[in-house]
Amino acid sequence: MGEEILMDIKKDYVLSRLREKERIDGRKLDEVRPIEIETNLISKAEGSALVKLGDTQVMVGIKIQPGEPFPDVPDKGIIITNAELVPLASPTFEAGPPDETSIELARIVDRGIRESEAVDLTKLCIEEGEKVWIIFIDIHALDDDGNLMDASALAAISALLNTTVPAERFELGDDFPLPVRDLPVSVTSLIVDDLFLVDPTRDEMSLGNRLLTITTDKDDNIVAMQKSGSYLLKEEKFYELIDVSVQKAREVRQILKEI
Amino acid sequence: MSEFKSSEEIKLIVDGKRIDGRDFNELRKIKIEAGVLKRADGSCYLEMGRNRVVAAVYGPREVHPRHLQDPSNAVIRYRYNMAPFSVEERKRPGPDRRSVEISKVSREAYEPVIMKELFPRSGIDIFVEVLQADAGTRTACINAATVALVDAGIPMKGLITSVAIAKVDGVLVVDPVKEEDNYGEADIPFAFLIRNGRIESIALLQMDGRVTVEELKKATKMAKEAVLKIYELQREAIMKKYRTEDIEE
Repeated sequence: MGEEILMDIKKDYVLSRLREKERIDGRKLDEVRPIEIETNLISKAEGSALVKLGDTQVMVGIKIQPGEPFPDVPDKGIIITNAELVPLASPTFEAGPPDETSIELARIVDRGIRESEAVDLTKLCIEEGEKVWIIFIDIHALDDDGNLMDASALAAISALLNTTVPAERFELGDDFPLPVRDLPVSVTSLIVDDLFLVDPTRDEMSLGNRLLTITTDKDDNIVAMQKSGSYLLKEEKFYELIDVSVQKAREVRQILKEI
Repeated sequence: MSEFKSSEEIKLIVDGKRIDGRDFNELRKIKIEAGVLKRADGSCYLEMGRNRVVAAVYGPREVHPRHLQDPSNAVIRYRYNMAPFSVEERKRPGPDRRSVEISKVSREAYEPVIMKELFPRSGIDIFVEVLQADAGTRTACINAATVALVDAGIPMKGLITSVAIAKVDGVLVVDPVKEEDNYGEADIPFAFLIRNGRIESIALLQMDGRVTVEELKKATKMAKEAVLKIYELQREAIMKKYRTEDIEE
């Protein structure tokens, strides 16, 4: 109950500032919070990254092992993406099997990586029809101060960029770096009446869960999209958001290139 | 050599026609029938090409468990489910991750459209079952659910109508079939809120694949044209049911 009252107060505050076209943390409406990326923190994992997006923190670990390919693509490796919104990360998260929010989160991250063909899966075939490398992308939320979506997507690609395929451990030749050839970046915005706030914080999310995520590849193609939350999106807003998301993704991709 | 063909080997567009002979902006044949189930408060059977789906609406009714009740609104639940026999290879019964996601985004399309505030503490359940799947099941289910909601007499701000746009062999096409979905370059399901024959806003939007910004904008225009045709069929199905009942009485 206390949480709800607090949310109402925050909502009023966020709205009052928005009337002046200002955000409570002083950012521009389309400004992404500062990004920090650390990689290879987990030596037990084949790749890992900790991303801080403002105060939001997500860790992604990559585990790789050989396994059977899907029968319809016998010569390609497999990506499996999972997200755990553990109770440590937010007072609203509960322990238990993945709920629809974490499933949706994992699936959006997965689509961005899959559809941009960021990982060259053809290079992950060990023996056609028999054995391929299976890449597990595990998203572990640590602190949810809003927009876990973009933080997770960023952590996933950052981790993949620093992943080694553990061939030696399975006596399948020499270890080699995971072949990554694209940099998908997702940009999530909160839609508030006629405005939208790129990369919303938890406090801003008190205005309601009205999100649009647009993921683009290095050539500015759109590779994944998701309208998430109970709201109606105006067509003109959608077009504006496409252009803004492409722009913002370029900025973020620049940071990604430096790690 | 693999027995499976890669996307390069399959031609999805030949002589300006699609694999099933349709034009780029041509919908599959759609059949809609309202009020097909006796127990449900509202229902609809819908065929969209080879898709066969049935939707049922229960409510407004009491919500169980009670802690899920909302003192100021009706709680909307939407369950998308595929029958095990609906696809080539048997689908394991019960919700998988894909169904959970589809249920979520579909529910979120209806939540701002159903006048929930009229039924505090109660629940409105929308169940859609895919009996046969041939790409675009989520859009077919939404089209059926809308008719079932009207059939159940649930007050709404308008009708929700849905269609997918795909990119195949570099061309945008409306309402893809399975082959186009599997081997195409992109799939973009849309749903719109339509009021009095006018498209008001986007209620559902997803996408996977690869398109340019220009293509995405063009796809939206194509989807808008297509849903207006489906909207007419939804209206007809509703009118038809109530017209016959008038005559019977």
